[in-house]
Amino acid sequence: MNDILQDSKLSAFVDKLSKTLLPLDQKITHKAQEVIESMDFPTTRNEAWKYTRLGKITGIKLENKIDRVGNLSREKINSLFQVSKNGLTFVYENGLFRSDLSSGEFPKGATIKPLTGCSKEELKNLGANIKLENEVFNAINTLFAVDGMFISIDKNVVINEPIQFIHLLSGSNTIANTRNYIQLAPFSKAEIIQSYYSLEAEKAFTNVINEINIAENAMLTINKLQCETENSFHISTDQVAQEKNSNFSINTITLNGTLVRNNLNIEVNGTNCETHLNGIYLLKENQHVDNHTVVDHKAAHCESHELYKGVIDDKATAVFNGKVFVRKDSQKINAFQSNANVLLSDDATVNSKPELEIYADDVKCSHGSTTGQLNEEAVFYLRARGISEKSARHLMISAFIEDVISKIENEDVKNFTHSIIKERFGWEF
Amino acid sequence: MAYTENELAKDLENQEYKFGFVTDIESDKAPNGLSEDIIRFISAKKKEPEWLLDHRLQAFATWKTMTEPSWAHVHYTKPNMQEICFYSAPKQTKKYESWDDVDPEMKETMKKLGISMEEQKRLTGVAVDFVMDSVSVATSFKSKLNELGIIFCSFSEAVQEHPELVRKHMGTVVPTSDNFYAALNSAVFTDGSFCYIPKGVRCPMELSTYFRINEGGTGQFERTLVVADEGSFVSYLEGCTAPQRDENQLHAAVVELIALENAEIKYSTVQNWYPGNKEGIGGIFNFVTKRGICERNAKISWTQVETGSAVTWKYPSCILKGDNSVGEFYSVAVTNNYQQADTGTKMIHLGKNTKSTIISKGISAGKSQNSYRGLVQIHKNATNARNFSQCDSLLMSDECGAHTFPYIECKNSSAKIEHEATTSKIGEDQIFYCQQRGINIEKAISLIVNGYCKEVLNQLPMEFAVEAQKLLEISLEGSVG
Repeated sequence: MNDILQDSKLSAFVDKLSKTLLPLDQKITHKAQEVIESMDFPTTRNEAWKYTRLGKITGIKLENKIDRVGNLSREKINSLFQVSKNGLTFVYENGLFRSDLSSGEFPKGATIKPLTGCSKEELKNLGANIKLENEVFNAINTLFAVDGMFISIDKNVVINEPIQFIHLLSGSNTIANTRNYIQLAPFSKAEIIQSYYSLEAEKAFTNVINEINIAENAMLTINKLQCETENSFHISTDQVAQEKNSNFSINTITLNGTLVRNNLNIEVNGTNCETHLNGIYLLKENQHVDNHTVVDHKAAHCESHELYKGVIDDKATAVFNGKVFVRKDSQKINAFQSNANVLLSDDATVNSKPELEIYADDVKCSHGSTTGQLNEEAVFYLRARGISEKSARHLMISAFIEDVISKIENEDVKNFTHSIIKERFGWEF
Repeated sequence: MAYTENELAKDLENQEYKFGFVTDIESDKAPNGLSEDIIRFISAKKKEPEWLLDHRLQAFATWKTMTEPSWAHVHYTKPNMQEICFYSAPKQTKKYESWDDVDPEMKETMKKLGISMEEQKRLTGVAVDFVMDSVSVATSFKSKLNELGIIFCSFSEAVQEHPELVRKHMGTVVPTSDNFYAALNSAVFTDGSFCYIPKGVRCPMELSTYFRINEGGTGQFERTLVVADEGSFVSYLEGCTAPQRDENQLHAAVVELIALENAEIKYSTVQNWYPGNKEGIGGIFNFVTKRGICERNAKISWTQVETGSAVTWKYPSCILKGDNSVGEFYSVAVTNNYQQADTGTKMIHLGKNTKSTIISKGISAGKSQNSYRGLVQIHKNATNARNFSQCDSLLMSDECGAHTFPYIECKNSSAKIEHEATTSKIGEDQIFYCQQRGINIEKAISLIVNGYCKEVLNQLPMEFAVEAQKLLEISLEGSVG
């Protein structure tokens, strides 16, 4: 048995990676080490990976890269990738902080810095909520994370400007194990924009964990834009803990990447919380995007809303797996989940699995899932009014996804999303 | 069907499992345990042809390589195959020529089950095949069906008299290697029903099978095969009960439906195996594989009312192979006390213009867990496939659970799939409204539950619908308070 495990793809995969310098608790790193040693990459026999094959990632040799793309400047970054001109912009390349490319003013009442620059005391809870058992990618991140951002918002502080993070992936066969730690003190409010790009990168892999703790009465919005290139892989885990009266929204916009997997785990620990998960995924060619969401209602009187929409073209595959848990005694929960997909080609595939697991009786929970195509009658209606067939289809697709985009409150994020969609797919809004 | 208040009151008083009696009939049992010898014993007992024995042994070989599945959302102690008796037959030496020859005690059992044949003959014209402890004991209305060329008999009789039909169709829908319990069934099945409707014949009456486990320590492994030839129609009913015992008994059946071109099969089940007592002791493990295949323009419709069994694990499925074929699934699953159900359907769309409808209503009460698990799969060539799924759950206590696990897989861009699910409890305002009008709370709940299940109950043949309604009330009695 041991011989087989030594030859596992996983051990070969992590062979060249350098150990993390983050001050993680020893128990946690030991556990991660144990997982790496005893497991291999999940296969489609594993229920959580039923529809996602990892062959594309596991077959390649990856390493940490610290070489940098030469001709980058602050101005160039800002003109290409900056979503909002307001607020602070932090730039990371291959998981490492680049102060020379970062810009903007630090907001008052908040601590924002690279994780490697944090004290042990500040990071005492790092990794506490991250599940390692059977989670290979979490274990890899735990053992090999190079850096990431630390955001701590003080009590009663409201930050109006968005805090922006641009994660760049550069060079071939690069792996970026990034770890971000975000905490909001009671009665605080913040908005974070995370965007992911790759530059001159072939077969590059981002493996990111966001640990998010929202204290009571705090409010956090995250806008996540995934725009890496057609040959990049992206696996992300967002582990969120919500305390009472808090409000959390996340908008996940997946526009590119050959294999993207998003794990959103929301633990609602306090009463009267609100949770909003929105997502769009627009796929073409051989892309594969897998969105897994878990909303775990552990306390009563909460609300969660989930809306995911996807447009799938060419030979792309989309996976949606949403799960809502309502624990025993978590009464008066309203949980709604909706997933809609449009298939544009006969080779496209959608696998949708919206799940409910409910152990309390006084709840209102529902989920819906639809898969279909553009309504030919509607296309005809538009054409009859002198709109070309192509424009008519674009118009209908735009309207379909605008439903989700309109939920984004930040106008800059909305406009930026529109412009990328227009550039990549030609759909006008 | 008139169902008066007094009757309801009486039924509700009698809330304990009312089919829990044991019939004192001598039975012929095989030694406990499972081995090739036992399979040979069963096969020899049934005087089976060589090919069937080979089929069984091959299934047994496959089964030995398989492990019991654990993915379902249920928890139970796995049955020990070596402690189960795989063959138990009511002792009978001669074949019954007519209904009058049947053992009076057995007649009594059937009467208690509410399927008095005389009455049924007179009133409803339902032909019944009665399977007790794995062996079919009586089939009524045979001659009348014979005139139309319809074959409706026990499985073993079919093996003797129509081997070509059985051999041709058996195992084509549920292969022996399909799953753990299907393989087990293929190896040790003892009897069941066989039904063949010839070309263009519309079966004039409901065909019905009643299954009953009587002996303690036995498992029931029956097999049903329904073949509807081109352009025919049949409506088939199935009912099940078992005595009250403290042990968990295993029921692992296989049902195969074959609807050839333009044929239609309507298959209704009222499952009321003993669910165990209030503390969750005893009850039947109901692990059933049911599947139908539709050729061109064919239609298969599954309707089920599941109120019994300690653990249910059942997914009546349709393979929509032919173009324009239709699959339907209507289900009401009720769980109370410590019952657990993981049930649903699979709709596999292979042909063009195939349609499927899924309506599933789950009701959980007491400390039970009720899950819907369904698969809708649209294959690449299934152009214009259409699916509509609705699965609602009703929660009646704060200790029960209702879960939904739908799998939707689509590989064709012209398909339209809709799925919706809701989970809620009975609205207090609804109950209040009824109470305001002088309807007591118990009645109000039964009214609301019946309304909630109406879409499914409407699909049942009339006699069954009444029985199902009564069952619902009995199963849920005392669950709200």
